Amino acid sequence: MTTFWLVIKGVLTGAVGPGISVMYATYGEVITERSGKINLGVEGAMLMGACFAFIAAAETQSEAIGVLAGGLAGGALSLFFAFMVITRRANQLATGLAITMLGIGITSWAGRSYVGVSIAGLDPIAIPVLSGVPILGEALFHQDILAYIAYALGPTLWFVLFRSRWGLSLRAVGESVEVAYAAGRNAAVVQYGAIAIGGILAGIGGAQLSLAFTQSWSEGMTAGRGFIAVALVIFGMWTPLRAMAGSLLFGAAIGLELQLQTVDAPVSPFYLQMLPYITTLVVLAIWTGATFRAMPEGLKRVLKEGG
Amino acid sequence: MYRKLKTKVPMLLVAMISVMALAIACGEEAPTATPTSAPTAAPAATSTPVAMMTKAAYVPTADDLGGGSPAAFAKVFENSIDTSTNQAASEYADAAKPLDDGEKLKIGFIFVGSQQDLGYNQAAYEGSQYLLKQHPDVEILYAENIPETAQVKSVMEGMIQQGAKVIFATSFGYSDATKELAKQHPGIIFLHQGDLESTPNYGAYFGNIWQLEYAMGQAAGRTTKTNELGFVAAFPIPQTLLNVNAFHLGAASVNPDVSTTFVLLGDWCDPAKQAAAAQTMLDAGVDVITQHQDCTGTITTAAERANIHVTGYHQDASPAAPNGWLSGAVWNWGPVYTELVTEIKNGTYKTNVFFGGLEEGFVKLAPFGANVPMEVQEEVLATVEGLRDGSIQPFLGPIADQSGAVRIADGESPPDAELQTIDWLVEGVSGSTN
Repeated sequence: MTTFWLVIKGVLTGAVGPGISVMYATYGEVITERSGKINLGVEGAMLMGACFAFIAAAETQSEAIGVLAGGLAGGALSLFFAFMVITRRANQLATGLAITMLGIGITSWAGRSYVGVSIAGLDPIAIPVLSGVPILGEALFHQDILAYIAYALGPTLWFVLFRSRWGLSLRAVGESVEVAYAAGRNAAVVQYGAIAIGGILAGIGGAQLSLAFTQSWSEGMTAGRGFIAVALVIFGMWTPLRAMAGSLLFGAAIGLELQLQTVDAPVSPFYLQMLPYITTLVVLAIWTGATFRAMPEGLKRVLKEGG
Repeated sequence: MYRKLKTKVPMLLVAMISVMALAIACGEEAPTATPTSAPTAAPAATSTPVAMMTKAAYVPTADDLGGGSPAAFAKVFENSIDTSTNQAASEYADAAKPLDDGEKLKIGFIFVGSQQDLGYNQAAYEGSQYLLKQHPDVEILYAENIPETAQVKSVMEGMIQQGAKVIFATSFGYSDATKELAKQHPGIIFLHQGDLESTPNYGAYFGNIWQLEYAMGQAAGRTTKTNELGFVAAFPIPQTLLNVNAFHLGAASVNPDVSTTFVLLGDWCDPAKQAAAAQTMLDAGVDVITQHQDCTGTITTAAERANIHVTGYHQDASPAAPNGWLSGAVWNWGPVYTELVTEIKNGTYKTNVFFGGLEEGFVKLAPFGANVPMEVQEEVLATVEGLRDGSIQPFLGPIADQSGAVRIADGESPPDAELQTIDWLVEGVSGSTN
């Protein structure tokens, strides 16, 4: 394979590999923010998912139970966030950060004896025919089951958000709690649901990281990807399909960074390491106006009034 | 210092959020240090009158030193590398103060990562546990996951308030903050892992682990079928460049066709990026991989899953790769910590910079994996012996850099101090230093 194709393949493989966990978290945050709440605890929820999925998989030898445990752990942490900001009316931004800290603390304590433990893990499954397509097929269709579910979730969530009654009431709550209330919707219930689903998805994203992509647990292993997800929601203009594209772009930048070093490209690794973040930043800068218009009205209020 | 240079800054939003997160972590959550008591102090010791207590020197066995020589170990602590500023432990008001009956000498240990990272921090933690076994009369205060920012100062302040007289700052990036704090607390002894200079109450120590990287390179050079080796690292600091250079020189010494791909992640422990880097290397045909990362589990696991070989670093991680594990270059901090604390207790310690390698028992060879051919094992063991007695000099010239220019002249072998400032990669390594 020539260097050129090696780089292309590296970018595509990179896009999917490190991108999937971020994709789940971004989907989750899209749902949460559509309800008019912003949860900066995604990082904590991802970590909870990564940690408890790994522990459950190691203890039960079942990856399915692992994924379930990861989702539940992420969901549970986010429900605590929901309780604080909806029922107790605490400041969302501060609570989110505190929730992330809590997640880091809980997981470093709980995961203590699981560092270096081996699990069977979720290995890649090749999709017949499709995985045979040179380069593209190998990158996209030689992945673990959670990656395939993530592909399918994009369009599914789009449908749910924009074509279902639940999606309509979710968006209505996100635009104006008062209007939704007048239309007979219980805003608190809808928001609790959205935040829980957001947490479950972030937890599954974490599970993909520990069970499938790295097949190992180490403390703080999400390394800020939950915060990247929050940024990608803005890039994705609160829609699942663009969130999907954003996650893949973020992953692709990591893939490019590593691949260029491997083929000994004459670029400083320091510049290459900035690539994923510069990419995200450039995209954010280009679409500033459009993203502000796309932002749910309820969120604008949060950012203006801090509540 | 390089760890501070994680210049992922441009991602404004993320950066701002992270700073806020850090601010909350620093401001609201008081850094906690959990005291760990020694298993059970021998009651006999307390009944001995203090004045009559003989202050025995610590004498490690060759076994404690991973096969190193006790004489060479002792010699390290007799010779001063940095004689300009040293001061004896008996001159430190707090550290020299005699302890009350039953009172324990409190020692603080600070780690940049998790003490169970299967890597750098775990190796340091296990060293402290060995220390505790040798000195059951000390009490250790631990703090882990402390970033290399001003936060480390408040953690140290907290330890001092709890009565710590000696503080081990075990991460490279703590050096500046620790030196500053040392000025404010002249009565406390600070010990730094990796610095090359000392001040009146700030001493340092480190090990020449690159010697073992040469032996690991040989194992890799003998095992590879594709002649492509991979080295995953964080930042191009001299310690790392020494390691990758020694690794490649070792490999090339037994297999001239070998080439080494060097990839920098800009992070000491980011498992997702480690997994991605391992995948990239596999695609490029690498079939033996090694690393200079703080947490080593992910890359070791990735090698095992891909059915390729791996050599370890920092800590024995063989359980994570039962089939692919060759061997590893690991730290042996226990005797070093014990000697330093023994000297401090006896009042004979002088702040200094102590360096040791294989012969001095600061570093040791990890166990071989199950599938390492006997002749490779024998060759590696012979090399380790050669490195111990000095008959093998990995950096014996002529050695050329990536451009082919000779950097170490024929027949020359640079001294340790010069090697510790290396800023170039040897011929045959692909990758960049800046």
